[in-house]
Order: sequence, then C-alpha cells, then structure tokens
Amino acid sequence: MIGGGVVTSLFNSAVLAAISTDNHTALAPTGPQAQHIFNDYKAFYTVCIIVYVLTVAIALIASRRHRQDTDGHKGEAHPPLPPPQLQLDPTREAKMTFWVNVCIAATVLILFGLLFVDFSTARAIHQFSSKPGAVNIVVTGHQWWWEVRYDDEHPQNVFTTANEIHVPTGRPVKIVLQAADVIHSFWVPNLTGKKDMIPNHSTELWFQADKPGIYWGQCAEFCGFEHAKMRLFVIADPPEVFDGWLNAARTPSRPPLEQIQKQGQQVFMLKQCSMCHTIGGTPAGGRVGPDLTHVMNRYTLAAGAIRNTPGQLAGWILDPQVIKPGCRMPQNNLSPHDLQALLEYLRTLQ
Amino acid sequence: MKRLNRFPLAALAIAMPLAVWSCKREERSFRVQPPAADTTDKVIVSKLRAGQMMATTTQRAATEPSGGPIAPPPPGIAPASKPSAGLVHNGYEENAYAVGEGNRLYLAYNCVGCHFHGGGGIGPPLMDDTWIYGSNPEQIFATIVEGRPNGMPSFRGKIVDYQVWQIVAYVRSMSGMLSKDVAPGRDDHMAGAPPPNSMRYQPPQWSTVGTIR
Ligand code: HEC
Ligand code: HEC
Ligand SMILES: [Cu+2]
Repeated sequence: MIGGGVVTSLFNSAVLAAISTDNHTALAPTGPQAQHIFNDYKAFYTVCIIVYVLTVAIALIASRRHRQDTDGHKGEAHPPLPPPQLQLDPTREAKMTFWVNVCIAATVLILFGLLFVDFSTARAIHQFSSKPGAVNIVVTGHQWWWEVRYDDEHPQNVFTTANEIHVPTGRPVKIVLQAADVIHSFWVPNLTGKKDMIPNHSTELWFQADKPGIYWGQCAEFCGFEHAKMRLFVIADPPEVFDGWLNAARTPSRPPLEQIQKQGQQVFMLKQCSMCHTIGGTPAGGRVGPDLTHVMNRYTLAAGAIRNTPGQLAGWILDPQVIKPGCRMPQNNLSPHDLQALLEYLRTLQ
Repeated sequence: MKRLNRFPLAALAIAMPLAVWSCKREERSFRVQPPAADTTDKVIVSKLRAGQMMATTTQRAATEPSGGPIAPPPPGIAPASKPSAGLVHNGYEENAYAVGEGNRLYLAYNCVGCHFHGGGGIGPPLMDDTWIYGSNPEQIFATIVEGRPNGMPSFRGKIVDYQVWQIVAYVRSMSGMLSKDVAPGRDDHMAGAPPPNSMRYQPPQWSTVGTIR
C-alpha cells in the first residue's frame, strides 16, 4: 500500500514535470490571477501532503503493532484465533474514541480551512482590477479556432483577428467570452484559470500579464473533432510594442502591387475563399473562418496546428482536411497557377 | 430462470449488428470524393439568365433542351405525386452527418437570409411542395450553382461541389423528402418550422407562379 502511494506520487510529479513547459503551466504564474491560483494550489498541496504522510505513517504504525501482538509463533502453524473478547477495556475504549473524535474534528477543520482558501481565491480572481486603461477584447470560440475582436469606443478602431491575442504588459485585460456553436473553454494557465464559453451567453474574465512573453492557451472543454488542435496564444509585449502592433492591426490590408498578386486577389475574391474569410479593405467579408487581413503577422495557422510558413500555408489551402481532419475549411481544388498567385497575394497581408 | 436469462442475450445479439449497421448513417469522411463529382457537366442548365423575362410554363418547356432535367411536365397533366428518380443519386441523402453539414452551411452561406428557415422571404419557401425549378437533387444543384433569374444568386465557384451536394440534401430534407433517421432534428434557436425529421412528406408540385407572372 505504501509502495503504491509512493509510486503514485512519483508518477504525478513526473507527469507534472513533463508537461511543465514554462509558457503553458499554472506553476509559473505571470499575473495576479495566476498568482492567486498558484497560492491556492500550494496551500492545497502542502496540506494534502502533510495529511497523506500522517495517514500513511499511522497506518504503518498500526500494522506494526498488530504484528508484535502475534509475533511469538514464528515457524509454527498459526494458532487458533482466541475467542472474541466481548469484554472491552473501558479506559482503552475511551482513549480510542477520544482520538477518533480528534481526527474527525481535524478533518472538518482542515476541509473548512481549504474551503475558505478556495473561496477567497475565487473572490480575488473575479474582482475586476481597479487599474485604469483596461484593454477590452471579445473572444468567440468557433469549432476549432478563436475569433478575437478588439473593442474600442471609436467604432473605426474595432478590428478582428484570430488565434493570437496581443496584450500589453502591466495593464488589465478584460475578455468577454462567447461561443458561436458549442461550449468551449478559455484557458491560458500562466495568466488565469479556465472559463467556459457558452453559446448565446457571454461570460467575462480578466487577467494581467506582468512579464513579456508568449503564453499558450488551449480549449479546455471538449468541443468535437479538432478540440485538441484548438490552441491559443497570448502574446504579451511591453506597452510601446503593443501600441505599434495595435496601430498596424487597425489598418485595412494594402492593395496588391505586382501583377501576380493582383491575380491572386482575383482568385480569392472570385473563388470560395471570400465566402468564408474577411480581408479588410476588400469585398471579401465571409464570417465562417478567421479574418485574414493581417494573417502573415501570425506565428501559426489554424489555431496552432501548423507554423506559418509558405509551404505549410500552401498545404493548408489545398487540403486542410489532412492537417486538421473535420475542420470547417474544405479542400480547395485550385490550379497550380491560381494557387501560386493566391500565395503571392496572401503574402502581402501583413 | 434460464429462459429468462436467454432473452436479454438474444436481444443483445439482435441489437448489436443493428447498431453497427445503423452507424453507417453517421459515417463521416472528410476527404471526400463528392457523390457524382462530375455532375456539374451532366446537369443541363437552364438557358434562362438573370434579367431575361420569365416565360410561361409552356414557353419555358419549349426553350429547354428536350429531356432536360428542369423541363416541367406539359400543362394540363397532373404532376406526379413523387418526383421520378433524378439523374443522379446524391449519396449524402443517406448520411445524417452530411445533411447536418448541409444545415450548417445553409446558415453559413446565408441562404437563410433570403429563404429563412424554409418558410421563404425574399426567396421562395423551401419547406413546401411547390418547386419552380424542380426538386430533384441535380435540379436543386443547378439552382444553387447557376442561380435563377428572379433573384437567386449563382454560387458557381463560390461553394465547393461536395458542400453544394450537402446543401442539396438539406434543402430536400426541409420538405420531408429524406428519411427521418437522417433528417436533422430541431436546433437550439427560435422554433419556426418543424424540424426536418418531423416534416410531413410534401409531394413536389410544379409551381404555377411562372404562368401567373
Ligand atoms: C467553408 C468555408 C471556408 C472556405 C471556402 C475557405 N476557408 Fe479558409 N478557413 C476556414 C475556417 C473555418 C478556418 C479555420 C480552421 C481551423 O483553424 O479550424 C480557415 C482557416 C484558414 C487559414 C488560416 C487562418 C489562421 O489564421 O489560422 C487560411 C490562411 C485560410 N483559411 C485561407 C483560405 C483560402 C486561401 C481559401 C480559398 C481557397 C479558403 N481559406 C477557403 C473556412 C474556409
Ligand atoms: C439574395 C437572396 C437569396 C439567397 C442568398 C439565396 N437565394 Fe435561393 N432563391 C432566391 C430567389 C429570389 C429565388 C427564386 C428565383 C426565381 O424564382 O427565379 C430562389 C430560388 C431558390 C431555389 C429554387 C426554389 C424552387 O422553387 O425551385 C432553391 C432550391 C434555392 N433558392 C436555394 C438556395 C440555397 C441553397 C441558397 C444558399 C446557398 C440560396 N437559395 C440563397 C433568393 C436567394
Ligand atoms: Cu474544445
């Protein structure tokens, strides 16, 4: 039994260590919420370890003691059991009752203590920061990608992007969570806890990134075929860098200059692409897939399924169903020339 | 006692193959050869184009290539209560997943903006028995790909073929033409029309709208 316990806890630590990369773990908090959660985790972990060790130790002692009682008969056949003792020793009985009561009381107290820690953590996480200058973002979960809209009091500044959320460090970020089809769950462990995204019902959360970096997120509610490939990235930059990104992201796409790029734009507008994708500054206004206005500025394509390289992009456009089977983008039957032109055009979407 | 025990076993033995067999209607393939992939060429498309005056049924019949899939029956003869089997067999009509996809795409490509949930608005209703351009799969395919003169836009090149066939299957489910175990159930939104799997079969009729106009 003890061996089993040791193996289990070793195994748990090994798993924890294996999955802990620095940018996708709740054990390396980078914001106030994540810090609260980490403290909560530490409190639980410490208390549980202590209780576990005590319980195992007591069980061990008890089993040793029992063995001493019957140990005099080594080598012989086990003697017949003594008749059951109906007369109990009243002092011993009282002592045992006392200790059992102490243990029950301790358990109740510890559980209430943990409950209290839990409640205060939840309160702390959900209290909206009083710091001014929050960034307002609406994130909509789609099967199997994230639509990200940056809200602004000036409507001309509102824009939409996908799968990668840029935020400034040191400023609170308020995120309104929505879902377009089924329930998804927003989870960026370095920054905050999970929150479900529910169709026809907005939920909210906020976080703040204290250090620049790229933090990985992942849909945390099973949502269909490609749930596992529904990655998300929060890119925290110093405020100046973020403002530069913001200004670039607000502009519509630049019109293509070269002949082949113009042809590529024609392909995009006349073929099926424009039914599903939006490119700011062009007639393409589809809302089925991600906004491609500045798609070349993203690190990955298809919610982290592939890197954003020309070859991967070409493969994705021709046959997304190999990369992400079941995803909502169909195979596209394009002639080599059309594909080449299209790729040249997409390259201009910076 | 023994007999009683045998009964559930026998039931299980019957149910298992049935369950496996009925999984077929839920089969999902993502890299599909669309059913009848080459039908775009086979479908004989109306000579009518947007902007052209709507002809009467008789005139329209006369202008169609003879035997063309959208040639209506001559006037005066009652339309068949069930459509003759179309030119093509749309395999998606036996697959619940594909019809569900058709449903999703019907919303995604905004057919719903003109036809609503089948009840019609700018476009004619699709859940009734009246068909201006025919109810066979290849006729509906032609309607979507070619467009129709009185305001139905052409989606040629805008929707990949296999998705059009999925939409075709869904459109037909709206008037109860698909079997009920395949047709979509109700969705989560405001209930308008009954869901396709509760739809009474609507024997397609040729519309008389064309002759009135
Ligand atoms: C039926 C709708 C549909 C059509 C048609 C379509 N796409 Fe997509 N596209 C999507 C969806 C949905 C995604 C997101 C897939 C995912 O991540 O699960 C996507 C993703 C993409 C991405 C990756 C974007 C990102 O930021 O990750 C690119 C690039 C793209 N599509 C280009 C194209 C091009 C070029 C065409 C035309 C040949 C096209 N798409 C046609 C629906 C479509
Ligand atoms: C801009 C509005 C509009 C959109 C969008 C639209 N339709 Fe139509 N549709 C119409 C109109 C108007 C007609 C009638 C055309 C006529 O009578 O010539 C029509 C006719 C049809 C018909 C023929 C009905 C019959 O009785 O024969 C079908 C089927 C159809 N549409 C399906 C679709 C599908 C599927 C889509 C989405 C891919 C779609 N429509 C999108 C307006 C629209
Ligand atoms: Cu998911």
